[in-house]
Formats: sequence, C-alpha cells, structure tokens
Amino acid sequence: MKKLLVALVVLLALGAAGFWLLTAPSTYELVRGAPDVTVASAPNLENGRTLFWAGGCASCHATPGQDDRTRLGGGLALESPFGTFHAPNISPHPRDGIGGWDVASFIRAMREGVSPDGRHYYPAFPYTSYQRMGASDLADLFGFLKTLSAVEGRAPDHVLPFPYNLRRGLGLWKLAFLDGKQAQSDPSKSAEWNRGRYLVEGPGHCAECHSPRAFTGAIVADKRLSGGPDPEGKGFVPNITQHEAGLKSWSKADIAELLKTGFTPEYDAVGGSMGPVIRNTSQLGDADRGAMAEYLKSLPPVASPPRPAKKAD
Amino acid sequence: MLRIAIATIAVALGATAVVAQSDVIAQRREIMKGVGAATKDPGGMLKGETPFDLAKVQKALATYQDAAQKMPTLYPENSKTGGETTAAPKIWEDMAGFKDHFAKFAADAQKASAAIKDEATFKANFPAVLKNCGGCHETYRVKKS
Ligand code: HEC
Ligand code: HEC
Ligand code: HEC
Repeated sequence: MKKLLVALVVLLALGAAGFWLLTAPSTYELVRGAPDVTVASAPNLENGRTLFWAGGCASCHATPGQDDRTRLGGGLALESPFGTFHAPNISPHPRDGIGGWDVASFIRAMREGVSPDGRHYYPAFPYTSYQRMGASDLADLFGFLKTLSAVEGRAPDHVLPFPYNLRRGLGLWKLAFLDGKQAQSDPSKSAEWNRGRYLVEGPGHCAECHSPRAFTGAIVADKRLSGGPDPEGKGFVPNITQHEAGLKSWSKADIAELLKTGFTPEYDAVGGSMGPVIRNTSQLGDADRGAMAEYLKSLPPVASPPRPAKKAD
Repeated sequence: MLRIAIATIAVALGATAVVAQSDVIAQRREIMKGVGAATKDPGGMLKGETPFDLAKVQKALATYQDAAQKMPTLYPENSKTGGETTAAPKIWEDMAGFKDHFAKFAADAQKASAAIKDEATFKANFPAVLKNCGGCHETYRVKKS
C-alpha cells in the first residue's frame, strides 16, 4: 500500500515536471527549431507599411473610438469562447508599448508567440498565421511600427476563467498547433499566386475568421477557409473557397474589388468584422489585392461546415 | 355571440400582428435590396465600366434618401429574428445610434445630389455617400447563415 502511494507521488511529480518541461518556451524552440532572427540593418519602411495593412494590426491594436488607425494604444475587447482578451498597446511607447523591444524579440513574438520575458501569448493574437512571415519582412514591419506615434496607457488585463488564465498550458497547445513553418514559395506557380498565398495565409490571416475551429480552438485543417461561426460569437463567417456556397461565381476582379471598396458583385456592402478588414486591405496596392484574389480563385471547393443549431435571441 | 365576436377579432388582430412582423422584415429587406440595385449603375461608373449618366446618379441618390426615411420605422421589438433578417441585435440596443446613421446617410445623399453636376463632381462626391453603407453594416448588421 505504502509502495503504491510512493509510486503515485513519484508519478505525479514526474507528470508535473513533464508538464513544466513540455510547456517551457525553450522546449518549443527545441522541438521546432529557433526562428531566424538575423536581419539586414536598415528596414524597408514602405514594405513595412504594406505588411502593417496586410496584417490588419490596426483592427485589434488601434485605440478604439478614434479615427487614426495608426495610434496603437490597444484596449479593444475581443470576446471568445475562452473569455475576453484585451489587445495590448503595441505603439512605440517605451513603458506602455513595445518601444523598448529589439527586433529579435519582435520576430519571436510574431513567429513563436512568446514574449521577451518568456511568457506564451494566447493565439487570440493570430501568430498561427504570422509565423509564415520571414525575418526580413518582420524586421520591416517592426521598423514601420517604430515610426508611429507613441501612445501612453496600458490595456486592461484579459478576463479569462480557470484554466484558460494559465499561460503555461499554452506551451502544449503550441507544440500541437504551431508548426513553425515559414512560407515557402511554390516554383510551379506564378509569382502572383505565390504573393497571394503569402498575403492570405500569412499576414492577412484570413483563415483565422473564415474557418471552423475544433474545441481546442485550433482551425479544422480540412475545412480551412470554408467559413464557420464567428469567433466573437456573432453570426457566421462565409465560405471563401471555390465552392458554390463560396466564391465560385465571383471573378478575380470581383474579389479584388471587394478588398478595395467592400462591395460584393451585387453591391451589398460587407459588414460585421469584415468591415475593419476592408479598411486595411483598401490601403494596399491593386497588385497585392489582385494577387490575393488570384490565390483565392485557385482554392479547391470545400463545403461549408454545418451551421450551429439556431438559438433564440 | 358577443364573446365569439370578440374572440374572433382578437385572433384576427393577433394574426395581423404576426403577419405585420414578418412583413416588416420583408419590407426592410426589399428596401435595402433596392438600395443595392440602385448602386449598380453609379458603382459601374466609378469603376469606369459604364459611361457617366447624371440622371441615373440622381435617381440612385433619391432612392437612398427615400430608404433612409423609411428604414428606421421598420425595426419594432418583435422583429429581431426570422425572415432571414441580417439585422444585428445591436440595432435594438442602440436604436438612437442606428437612426443617426440613417440621418447621416440621407444628409450625405442630399448634399451629393446638390453638388453633382457632371462626371468630375460625381467622382468627387459619390464615394463619400458610399462610405455610409459599410459604415452602418459593420455595426448594425450580421450575417447569420
Ligand atoms: C485578432 C486580433 C489581433 C490582430 C489582428 C493582431 N494582434 Fe497583436 N495581439 C493581440 C492580442 C489579443 C495580444 C495579447 C496576447 C496575450 O496577451 O497573450 C496581442 C499581442 C501582440 C504583441 C505582444 C505585445 C506585448 O505587450 O507583449 C505584439 C508585439 C503584437 N501583438 C503585434 C501585432 C502585429 C504587428 C500585428 C499585425 C501584423 C498584430 N499584432 C495583429 C491581438 C491581435
Ligand atoms: C476578423 C474576421 C475576418 C477576417 C480576418 C477576414 N474576414 Fe472576410 N469576412 C468576415 C465576415 C464576418 C464576413 C461577412 C461579412 C458580412 O456579414 O457582410 C466576411 C466576408 C468576406 C467576403 C465576402 C464573402 C461573401 O460571400 O459575401 C470575402 C471575399 C472575404 N471576407 C475575404 C477575406 C479575405 C481575403 C481575408 C484576408 C485578407 C478576410 N476575408 C479576412 C470576417 C473576416
Ligand atoms: C444606417 C444603416 C444602413 C445604411 C447606411 C445602409 N444599410 Fe444596407 N442594410 C442595413 C441593415 C440593418 C440591413 C439588414 C436588413 C434586415 O435584414 O433587416 C441591410 C441590408 C442590406 C442589403 C441586403 C438586403 C437583403 O436582405 O438581401 C443590401 C444589398 C444593402 N443593405 C445594401 C446597402 C447599400 C448599397 C448601402 C449604401 C448605398 C446601404 N446598404 C446602406 C443598414 C444600412
């Protein structure tokens, strides 16, 4: 009996140690390899600006209730099935924002979802898509962020119930769902297609909203981009694959036009959470919007996931 | 007899209330579809796909003003769901803000209508009116299916 108890205690201790080990941010790097953080000295600010709008950082990080989308004081509340997140201040403010960060810390945050002091970030920050971005693009983006105005003040803390309030557990989540793979171009496809895939799957993080999620919060891989319940719990995000229920009847020009003006081919204006996305994509050049459309037109058709049972409001 | 009559009237009234409710949803969707259809012509002109036509532009602006006047009355409390409405719950949480958006939409359409005389003034003034569409849909509309 006593032996059994000892064995149990030892097992528990091993389990706890194993958990601690597996969830350590350094374990992630050990398993996936450390990201490349070497960068050319001077950032290309124009490219950084493009990636800022393609990445939609302002949708979450711009201070709510003001017109200037480049004042990134944070504070926006993001509802999710796990609780409420508040987007932090990422303006160059030295105390309240990321003014004190170096470029390597920024790259690790965007690609590994880990903070300069070694805490895991929640995937409400869509680094599962941003991990596709390369070091030099991220350095350009960081350079651009540094040119924006410093905004004082910190966002409120996240409001998360147990166990979601424990960041450490995210280490396991990342080992399972953050593959650490940077985008590789496909030489059998055109340069435009490759650019489009990069923008859609990387900075554009379109799949983060346009896909169903499993109970773990991870995107269901074979249903990617086929639509799903809105992550913020309001309504349903449409299918944007080449399925009949998706964008099959849309031309490439129709999609590019939507990303520029927000109008569908029927002159319905998209709303909901796509509104802020259009405010970002409207800032891109025609070539980048065309590339995204080119990639979307090449997607195989995927049927939309089943709709959730209707709830009475 | 009187009782039966009253009961019949009550049932009839109840029935009209139900009809009226699904009616408002159909009506407001019809109006908004009209707004979308009216935007086709000026939209094509902005893209340079169709030639500029002042009469069509003014007609669209008149449709917008008419819609902005009718729409706010078509959102009674009992019409939050059903009839494939895409109205967001936010409308009933913030009816004043919703009405303000329509007032601004009407005012912008009216201003543009006075300012637009030719293709150059069209290109300068029409896009500001179209900003109202996404601006309102972002807050007060949500696709449910
Ligand atoms: C969908 C909303 C969303 C978008 C879009 C988004 N972020 Fe964030 N971001 C968050 C949230 C939420 C956090 C906080 C995560 C946490 O606390 O674990 C965060 C955290 C961060 C942090 C860490 C800040 C700190 O103080 O530790 C950085 C840096 C950052 N984001 C940069 C960006 C950049 C650059 C972009 C655009 C390319 C971007 N984010 C787009 C939601 C978003
Ligand atoms: C924050 C969540 C979110 C992100 C990120 C997002 N979308 Fe959307 N998207 C939506 C929602 C919600 C709608 C439905 C809009 C409506 O109700 O009018 C939508 C609608 C669309 C539509 C119109 C589909 C139709 O059938 O009407 C297209 C096309 C589209 N999105 C493409 C994209 C692309 C490309 C990206 C990446 C650059 C993207 N979206 C990123 C939420 C998002
Ligand atoms: C002040 C708010 C507001 C403005 C401005 C507005 N809309 Fe709407 N629109 C709505 C609402 C609310 C709905 C949802 C209708 C419903 O189902 O109750 C809607 C629905 C629609 C629909 C879908 C109708 C259907 O059910 O099939 C179209 C198309 C549309 N709007 C086009 C436009 C266009 C184009 C403009 C600008 C020229 C515009 N709207 C301006 C509020 C607005």
